[in-house]
Amino acid sequence: MHHTTYMKAGNTDDAVARMADGGQLLAGGMTLIPTMKQRLANPETLVDLAGCGLAGIEDQGDSIRIGAMTRHADVAGSDLVRGAIPALAALAGGIGDRQVRNRGTIGGSVANNDPSACYPAAVLGLGGTVHTDRRDIAADDFFTGMFETALDEDEMITAVSFPKTGKAAYVKFPNPASRYAMVGVFVASAVDGTRVAVTGAGSDGVFRHAGMEAALDAGFSAGSLDGITVDADEMISDIHASGDYRAHLVREIAKRAVAAC
Amino acid sequence: MTMVNLTLNGKQVSADVPDNTLLVTFIRETMGLTGTHVGCDTSQCGACVVHVDGESLKSCTMLAAGAEGASVTTIEGIADGDSLHPMQQAFHENHGLQCGFCTPGMVMSAIELVQDNPNPSETEIREGLEGNICRCTGYHNIVKSVQAGAKMMGG
Repeated sequence: MHHTTYMKAGNTDDAVARMADGGQLLAGGMTLIPTMKQRLANPETLVDLAGCGLAGIEDQGDSIRIGAMTRHADVAGSDLVRGAIPALAALAGGIGDRQVRNRGTIGGSVANNDPSACYPAAVLGLGGTVHTDRRDIAADDFFTGMFETALDEDEMITAVSFPKTGKAAYVKFPNPASRYAMVGVFVASAVDGTRVAVTGAGSDGVFRHAGMEAALDAGFSAGSLDGITVDADEMISDIHASGDYRAHLVREIAKRAVAAC
Repeated sequence: MTMVNLTLNGKQVSADVPDNTLLVTFIRETMGLTGTHVGCDTSQCGACVVHVDGESLKSCTMLAAGAEGASVTTIEGIADGDSLHPMQQAFHENHGLQCGFCTPGMVMSAIELVQDNPNPSETEIREGLEGNICRCTGYHNIVKSVQAGAKMMGG
């Protein structure tokens, strides 16, 4: 790992000011530190957010607000999340391995927008809201491409909120070696209709599938997706799976998610 | 440089280390406790698992500076004098290791697993050890060891 200067931010304003000076935010570090070890990222300054007081899960009536520094293990084990949005707790409990869940955070995962990460599927699938130091961003406006988000250069996620719904499920087809999602589909019955969000597969990162959503609004059953086609040209194609295979998996995994709702 | 102060296996330790020092490097090279291993260096194999404030973490994927003020326990810190920790004893009795390289991480992960779930099923053990890789493919006896260790720990 290249040399870096480590500092702790005391609160959100402090972190944002240090980021404006060129600092790289460090949340759980489950992606950033391995990336730095491979010298694929070489930030001159690391700003640790552990002391910013951003961990915690709050019941806000119709929604649940999860602080950016809340770890996957805490979301997975939260009675509040398990009761109000069981699919979200289950998703968090399936990320990485136990040691990653003991350290990785929701804010870090969402900000990174890794195309194979699980959390972006939940944020988009549930129609959540990303709260930052300066504004609230709807999930539909947040994820703008692979590793790309609507965040400004010096903007920081402080929390993510999710509308409560018991009718939702996430099913992941993990890569047998890395356990990352080769395809993951989050299906939710939301206020504005059914939402289907797909991670791991799209060449632009997480995406909604309008065709499946319309089919499920017409009749909510796995069989409703039988005639749906997923465009293989819009899928990632790599050594792990071809675009055609991923396109096939998206529909099949979506059917399993619907059946699990 | 950053001054890192933490509790390591019950002892207060301090050292001034480069900011990019990983916790595992601090443990092995600065403090000389080489029981914690570095296997893959890509955060996947789990040979470096230690407990930080009672929770299992991959010490190769955390900066030493991030453990400031924490209580860190390594494989060297779990035996009671000459008496092995029940989980170590269980690995010993059930041939839960072959080359032994992954064992420190396996034992540390297994202890946390059993603390949270005193009677884990085989499936729960296999899922709970997802972050630990054994290249001797010794999982069968590792699972047996964890089951025996769980009983010995009082489950």
